[in-house]
Amino acid sequence: MEERRFAEVPRESIKLMAESSGVELSEEVAALLAEDVCYRLREATQNSSQFMRHAKRRKLSVEDLNRALRWSNTETICGYGAQDALPFRPLKEGELFFVEDREINLVELALATNIPKGCAETMVRVHVSYLDGKGNLEPQGTVPTAVQSLSEDLLKYYQQITRAILGEDPHLMKVALLDLQSNSKIAALLPYFVYVISGVKSVSHDLDQLNRLLHMVKSLVQNPYLYLGSYVRSLVSSVMYCILEPLAASINPLNDHWTLRDYAALLLSHIFWTHGDLVSGLYHQILLSLQKVLSDPVRPLCSHYGAVVGLHALGWKAVERVLYPHLPAYWANLQAVLDDYSVSNAQVKADGHKVYGAILVAVERLLKMKALSLTLAAEGSGAGLPGTTTGAVSFRENSPGLSPPPEPLSEPPLGIASHLQAGGAGCPWEEWTPVSLPAMYCELYSFFGDSLAVRFSTGLPLGGVPPPGPCQPLEGRKEPASSAPNLENTRKMPQLTASMNISPRQDGSPRMEPQPPSLAATVPGRSLARSSSSSVSRSRSSSSRPGRSTSQSRDIFPKARFPLPQAGPPAFSFIIGGRQMGRRCQGRRFQTSFSPTPPLTTHPPRAYAHKLPVIGRVSKPVRRWTCSHYSLHLPL
Amino acid sequence: MAAVQDGPKELDAEKETKPEILSDGTSNLLGNTASGTLSSSPLTAAPAGGATKMEDQQTLIAVLQFLKRNKLSESVEILRREAGLGEHQEDSQATDGSGGGKGDGDGGDANSLLSRVSITSAAAPQSMPVKKDQPDVSVVLSAYSQQGDPSLYQVYYSGLKNFIESVLDCHRAELSQLFYPLFVHMYLELVYNNHETKAKAFFDKFSGDQECYYQDDLRILCSLTKKEHLKGNEVLLDFRTSRFVLRISRDSYQLLKRHLQERHNNQIWNIIQEHLYIDIFDGMPRSKSQIDSMSGSLAGEARREVNKAKVFYGLLKEPEIEVPLDDEDDEAENEEGKPKKKKTKKDSLGSKSKKQDPNAPQQNRIPLPELKDSDKLDKIMYMKESTKRIRLGPENLPSICFYTFLNAFQGLTAVDFTDDSSLLAGGFADSTVRVWSVTPKKLRKVKSTAELNVIDKESDDVLERIMDEKTASESKILHGHSGPVYGVSFSPDRNYLLSSSEDGTVRLWSLQTFTCLVGYKGHNYPVWDTQFSPFGYYFVSGGHDRVARLWAMDHYQPLRIFAGHLADVTCTRFHPNSNYVATGSTDRTVRLWDVLNGNCVRILTGHKGPIHSLAFSPNGKFLASGSTDGRVLLWDIGHGLMIGELKGHTDTIYALKFSRDGEILASGSMDNTVRLWDSMKAFDEVETDDFTATTGHIHLPDNSQELLLGMYHSKSTPVTHLHFTRRNLLLAAGTYNSQ
Repeated sequence: MEERRFAEVPRESIKLMAESSGVELSEEVAALLAEDVCYRLREATQNSSQFMRHAKRRKLSVEDLNRALRWSNTETICGYGAQDALPFRPLKEGELFFVEDREINLVELALATNIPKGCAETMVRVHVSYLDGKGNLEPQGTVPTAVQSLSEDLLKYYQQITRAILGEDPHLMKVALLDLQSNSKIAALLPYFVYVISGVKSVSHDLDQLNRLLHMVKSLVQNPYLYLGSYVRSLVSSVMYCILEPLAASINPLNDHWTLRDYAALLLSHIFWTHGDLVSGLYHQILLSLQKVLSDPVRPLCSHYGAVVGLHALGWKAVERVLYPHLPAYWANLQAVLDDYSVSNAQVKADGHKVYGAILVAVERLLKMKALSLTLAAEGSGAGLPGTTTGAVSFRENSPGLSPPPEPLSEPPLGIASHLQAGGAGCPWEEWTPVSLPAMYCELYSFFGDSLAVRFSTGLPLGGVPPPGPCQPLEGRKEPASSAPNLENTRKMPQLTASMNISPRQDGSPRMEPQPPSLAATVPGRSLARSSSSSVSRSRSSSSRPGRSTSQSRDIFPKARFPLPQAGPPAFSFIIGGRQMGRRCQGRRFQTSFSPTPPLTTHPPRAYAHKLPVIGRVSKPVRRWTCSHYSLHLPL
Repeated sequence: MAAVQDGPKELDAEKETKPEILSDGTSNLLGNTASGTLSSSPLTAAPAGGATKMEDQQTLIAVLQFLKRNKLSESVEILRREAGLGEHQEDSQATDGSGGGKGDGDGGDANSLLSRVSITSAAAPQSMPVKKDQPDVSVVLSAYSQQGDPSLYQVYYSGLKNFIESVLDCHRAELSQLFYPLFVHMYLELVYNNHETKAKAFFDKFSGDQECYYQDDLRILCSLTKKEHLKGNEVLLDFRTSRFVLRISRDSYQLLKRHLQERHNNQIWNIIQEHLYIDIFDGMPRSKSQIDSMSGSLAGEARREVNKAKVFYGLLKEPEIEVPLDDEDDEAENEEGKPKKKKTKKDSLGSKSKKQDPNAPQQNRIPLPELKDSDKLDKIMYMKESTKRIRLGPENLPSICFYTFLNAFQGLTAVDFTDDSSLLAGGFADSTVRVWSVTPKKLRKVKSTAELNVIDKESDDVLERIMDEKTASESKILHGHSGPVYGVSFSPDRNYLLSSSEDGTVRLWSLQTFTCLVGYKGHNYPVWDTQFSPFGYYFVSGGHDRVARLWAMDHYQPLRIFAGHLADVTCTRFHPNSNYVATGSTDRTVRLWDVLNGNCVRILTGHKGPIHSLAFSPNGKFLASGSTDGRVLLWDIGHGLMIGELKGHTDTIYALKFSRDGEILASGSMDNTVRLWDSMKAFDEVETDDFTATTGHIHLPDNSQELLLGMYHSKSTPVTHLHFTRRNLLLAAGTYNSQ
């Protein structure tokens, strides 16, 4: 058999190509064509090599081939001018190979605000290479580039890392992120990474890329060797973009941009928690922008959602100051959306439920933290200064990210009013008057009705102290009342449990979100214990916090919130009965039964109230619920 | 010539009608037009010989037919009147003409045409050998159509092969030269007659026998399997139309002839008759190494007759300039008395070139621009510098400064230094030309006309005053080309810069205003190289259209077209006396052209790859050429002989330069090295007596290692250009390649 000297285009390919353009070719014609195509290709390649030689290069470029084609009056091939090698990939099924050709959103590219930096100026540098025929040992100097002072290794590292993170291989990405998190020698690259991250605006259609970029932010923020300095602002603005902007990806309801927003909020809180000194100036600014979004009814609901989770991430005080006062006004809009049952509204309504859920989560924690702060305040006044400081410290350790550092929870023993003064650097909230916990609760209850209560009930078995009975939660709500006796509220308010799952200490992956809000788990327990013996609780919580909290909450959430069919027999079963009262919605009687396999049919589709808590959860893959109108039928 | 310039399409049409006639006719036209355009010179162009009266007439008729077809009736009338042709003559010719045109089909393009043009002008030397070798072009073209038995081709070829292998050793080497051209022609004949499978079998069987330096051509040949492919392929068109030249001793030739006649091997005999030119010489058959050193070009070796013409390789006398600038009288004398009159005068005034070089052309053989005051100043500077020049030699190697282009992402394609090493120009693949000042003196533009009006023209420092200080910068970018710039060249007076580009133009830039002054259009294809004459005013360019053109700055059309190369002209260099131009080509030959009459006076074969660099020795006697095969060949221009081979580079040699005194040859290559060679030794070791031998067969000593004085590595920077300063410091330039 003769050896083949050249790559050949088989006639099958020719036939395929012809078919794709709608021409049927006979075997002979295809064979002839194949041969001719090969010849022409070879000819073009040979001609193009001339251009390569005259350009004094060794590598044949697409441009060379195009020139050869142009001179032989053939149409040139567009779109392959990139300097980088095009990845040539095989398809797993069948022997199919293709050149990867990604789609580029031209609009995004054109409107992108970040203009890539130009390359460095072409210049000539002279160097005495050989003096009298002897080599010059003096170093030749480095190439001045736009990337000043970057060594070649760093540059390579930068390229590899960005490629890995933005690439396809999840494993590689993980490795890259880990390294980014721990590498101590990349300070010089920080601006470049920040620059890359600022590219979020150009990939708002691609959730995956956004996610990767956020992960990059997280790694940078967590890297203990990096001083973010002023770059933190750029990072924060990138994160805020992900939280607030109506991303292009949000247009498709199938895209789970909610998770992204949650994750971004988590990051935001993390940044504020760990780099408070750098971002304190931004705190007020961000609150304002969040407020602006929230009060803008034109904005889509996903933006509102972002604003709520953002506030939530900034701490309960942010919620108290921005969300809470704004709630009555906002409620009207939301209610309108939620009460519209038309099919065309289904999607918006689903979004509305998300917002509802987010608000619910936020206010719950607000209530809880407020109660807790009262406890601590009272306790601090009793136990004296040393106690408070330790308490404060332990609290901060236990609940990072709850509040930004500028407002330590238990610092002054002055009660609620102290938060005013501790309002964070540059936060003039003079006009804001604190609302007492009971008043707040009443107000919120009027919005959410028993949804609020139901959620508190889920915190039942928390704190390592098995609740003696259903009355215990009731006491739990009252328990802070022991230190805050002014709470005259007698409503059922079983136990304060925040479904807080925004915690920087989590590994940060939104996918793993059902993971336990460490806070939610520990705080109530501690507050419970503290009512009897604060010192004991402190020591216990600090010693055994991590393991216990996670395991417990893992127990709790699936049972309480998602009694999925496969969840096995529930450990408990109880009925919550009550009257749902809204200020603007008519009161409804309802009864919810937590049973192993709650039948779907038991829930009248028109009653959304008792399903809302679930919708509001940010933990489970929300995609499931947002898919359709039916997603509202939940096995609660 | 007008046709050549105005558009390939017209030519194409012409070719269809009567290709064989046209080629001769065009070369004729070229000669005529060139002499007409060189109005500034009192020259008379030598008639492009070889064309008989009959052919003249045929050409005219072909032109007439073309004009007619394009409805240019007035032109037809005029031409007919001028030529004194009767209508009947034309008609009678028309029938054959159209017949031939149909047979040829409408394939082919300007290139193929140009190749024919060039071939004929080259292959039509003035004195025809005794043997009937005047190429009967019609036979050449139709040759492939005659049918031999395709199945017998292999038998023929192997028969010849067996014969050649059986002859005496001394003849075998010579006759082995036949293998390659015969192989190619037989293969092409098979392809041309649609015996595809036979052709393939033939190729597979015998392609392995061919010399390794033909691999590139064989690769192209191999891909060609259809008759249709023949039409567009330039390389193969050369084979169809040009005659492969072989030099064979009379004894060997007789041997071959006898063999073929005995066997009645007409097929091979026909091919030899029609496609090969056998240059028979009397004397000892050449050895294998002798043959190998000279072969390798696309169309075989050069005929001996071609290189017989006298070349005036001596240098022109330097104009006399006293170091303190001469007064008015002397100056006037210099200007007017440059011709013969000066000869006597020069001898009395002592200078380094006081003896008239017997090999030098007449001072006014080519009209040269007069020296301006500034030129004289520069000459004085040059002389002053020369006195400080370092005497180089094997013991005293030059220092090397490397000018590295950094961040040349767009691709550096060409570099030039001014003679005084004050400016550096770079041509780039992004169509720009950039000029840098290498000295602390910044580049400044001349002020605008409005501003110029207000300056004091009487002041002493008017030259300084006209410059706009605001525009001072280290480098300037010149925009204008629409394709990669492949060649740049400074004028000797540093006022102009030339650039040649892929867009088919050569542009002249002013270095006073940093604007484009002229775009010279003529090459309709990429222009690979351009260079100013050492005296300015003239420049030469060469390109993909296979011709080199001689231009004068103030003419928008070329003064001469040097046609003859069978493939792209890749590099062009002026002889130091400006009377000759050397061109290197992809056809692996170097040709030397006489600027006076446009004749090709030397064809130098021996390279095995496209030639990308050329350099004349400062005394004008020698030429060095570097090619993609990494070898530098040294040539004696006077005798047209190869006198040295410098092996060592591992990649294309893009830069060659002799030191100012010619003792050292520096070569720069893609392999990131600069090598220095002992050129004095290389030239000395060749005994001059050998040259006088008419055979011209020389034994090349394999002494590259002895001649190599030094090898200097750059840091991943291919060497694009080399330049010796006036004090013999070697400057190298290239772009840093970070990969």
